[in-house]
Amino acid sequence: MPLNKQFNKDVCRNLFAKDSRRLFLKRTLNSATITLAVSSGLLLPIQAIAAWNEVAFAATNLQTAIKSVLGTDLSRASDKISIKIPDIIENGAIVPVTVSSTLKEVSTITLFSEKNTAPLVAQFELDKDCIAFISTRIKMSQTSNVIAIVTARGNNYSARKKVKVTIGGCGD
Amino acid sequence: MIRSSIKIRAKIKNGITTVKALISHPMETGLRKDRKTGQPIPAKFISNVKCVSNEKVLLNSQWGVAVAKNPYVSFKYTGGSIGDIIKVSWLDNTNQSDSIEAKVK
Repeated sequence: MPLNKQFNKDVCRNLFAKDSRRLFLKRTLNSATITLAVSSGLLLPIQAIAAWNEVAFAATNLQTAIKSVLGTDLSRASDKISIKIPDIIENGAIVPVTVSSTLKEVSTITLFSEKNTAPLVAQFELDKDCIAFISTRIKMSQTSNVIAIVTARGNNYSARKKVKVTIGGCGD
Repeated sequence: MIRSSIKIRAKIKNGITTVKALISHPMETGLRKDRKTGQPIPAKFISNVKCVSNEKVLLNSQWGVAVAKNPYVSFKYTGGSIGDIIKVSWLDNTNQSDSIEAKVK
């Protein structure tokens, strides 16, 4: 009987050993896949240089948002910026916005929706080869101004357009 | 092959290249609640989008939750030529990412 018990124990141990080996193999394989993904450029490039202005995107007030994303809340109203949005939006979850400008050397275009929980929508940094043009779709919680701030030669220029929203697009 | 989450089109006309990209992504704000359970749905949104051509960063953008679901973005640049490779990549707040390459037509 004791011999049998001993045998059982051995079998058990062996089984466990096998299991842990399998686990180890699995883990190594997993990490190998990750390394492969990184080295093949699937994961790394954008993550390595990704910067996200958490403070600005978390700001709940328009002035704070503008100040934390641009460093200053000073901007000159300019008629050289055009914002193309329909006057009335039925569904605030999809608001097509097109911003273009005839200003020279535009480096960034920043979009705000005044009364959203977090007013900062997005910031686009453009290369000098780019034309001052951005077209995208945003969400708006309620009727308010959409503000575009265009930075050209270090100066901020702004334009706004009032949009009437029938059904808000943030939350339910 | 897994289908990419990005659709991209780059076309040249009169020396100006127009790039249009459509990304399929939920862009969850984190403010919504599940209708059945009442639990808040965690935020999942694209935070960075980059567009590179000829090793030059044409567009580098930071997005918040207020960009619409299945985001669309379009921009224009000069100095491109037919056959140029243009690469668009995104990264979201859960560290997921994707990228795609296309030729300028």
